Amino acid sequence: MQPKKQIFLTGLWKDNPVLRQILGICSTLAVTNLMINTLVMDAGLIFTVCMSSLTVSLLRNVTPVRIRMMVQTLIIASYVIIVDIMIKAYLPDISEALGPYVALIITNCIIMGRCEAFARHNPPLSSFFDGLGMSLGYSLVLIAIAFVREPLGFGTLLGFRVLPEGFVHWTVMIMAPGAFFTLGIMVWILEHFRLQSGEEKG
Amino acid sequence: MGPINPMTLFFAAIFTNNILLTNFLGLCPFLSMSRYKKSALGMGAAVVFVMASTTALNNLVYYKVLVPLGLEHFRFIVFIVVIAAFVQLVEMTVERFFSPLYYVLGIFLPLITVNCAIFGASLFMVIRKYDFVQSLAYGAGSGIGWMLAIIVISAIREKLEKTAKLPRGLEGPAITLIITGLLSLAFLAFSGMIRVQ
Repeated sequence: MQPKKQIFLTGLWKDNPVLRQILGICSTLAVTNLMINTLVMDAGLIFTVCMSSLTVSLLRNVTPVRIRMMVQTLIIASYVIIVDIMIKAYLPDISEALGPYVALIITNCIIMGRCEAFARHNPPLSSFFDGLGMSLGYSLVLIAIAFVREPLGFGTLLGFRVLPEGFVHWTVMIMAPGAFFTLGIMVWILEHFRLQSGEEKG
Repeated sequence: MGPINPMTLFFAAIFTNNILLTNFLGLCPFLSMSRYKKSALGMGAAVVFVMASTTALNNLVYYKVLVPLGLEHFRFIVFIVVIAAFVQLVEMTVERFFSPLYYVLGIFLPLITVNCAIFGASLFMVIRKYDFVQSLAYGAGSGIGWMLAIIVISAIREKLEKTAKLPRGLEGPAITLIITGLLSLAFLAFSGMIRVQ
């Protein structure tokens, strides 16, 4: 059994779900044009991944193998409903802005992937930390993308102006192509460094 | 929102509101399946069919069952179950009666259940309050838009693989994302033509 800290760090960096596995970017890339939306979305995702990994793992001995996908989906969907209601109740403005994307956490491949690949075979606590590491790793990438998009697109960060008044906004950064470019370039840079360090080692 | 002509909605879903290029939905299968034109075509066809059917089906389920019972909050679970059941049913039918087709589409069908685009189309349908015919048009249009995008990208990727010399770090997902960004930029040119939210 791997120590929990190592499980946590694997998800956070070594096997980072977005940069290394290119999983689950669908639902969340859309909200990265504003930092605040990204943070709310990330919080929802972290909660869902951790809790559903934990639940799947607790039920792993009683779930029949053939219907496990359905069971996992239902567990995930239940947690997402909780998140959705919470956001609607406490942050109505952001809920409006996020639209259907909160619900789309359900079909985020990462959650299902972690349940399938890890939580199904491991004890609850390890699964919880695996989920935590993976979702934090995922969130970091999204925050990094938002950190590029919001200042360039609106000249602000979390609503505060960070670039001078005369800065010409890059409208493209607010729209869809900006997200694709940012993520593409980010993956490229990291892949480049990974290949380089791999060559040095052996 | 006034009633929108289903035909308008259909074309808007393909071009101006392309579900992949403007809403980022269905990116995971998109990145893994766009390597070859053949698999892109198979996946695209499966998505068109399933998306058109499930969006319309979910529309019926939502307005005929969930709203009268006051269970709108459970729509996420219900939609997912409807999609999963529908895909399973289609898979069995295709396997039983059209086995040549099964070999082409078979491996793509199970993947579709977790395709965010399918689920996303149903969610947009609820938020934008489409009626049955509109949902059908919207589902079909979104599916065709998705298929169009994946085929274009796969053709570009095949060509790139043969001719271009890329830096090693850029190969694979990175270049695909950047090409998708360019394609999305190109599709923005359509955006003034029809205004549908």
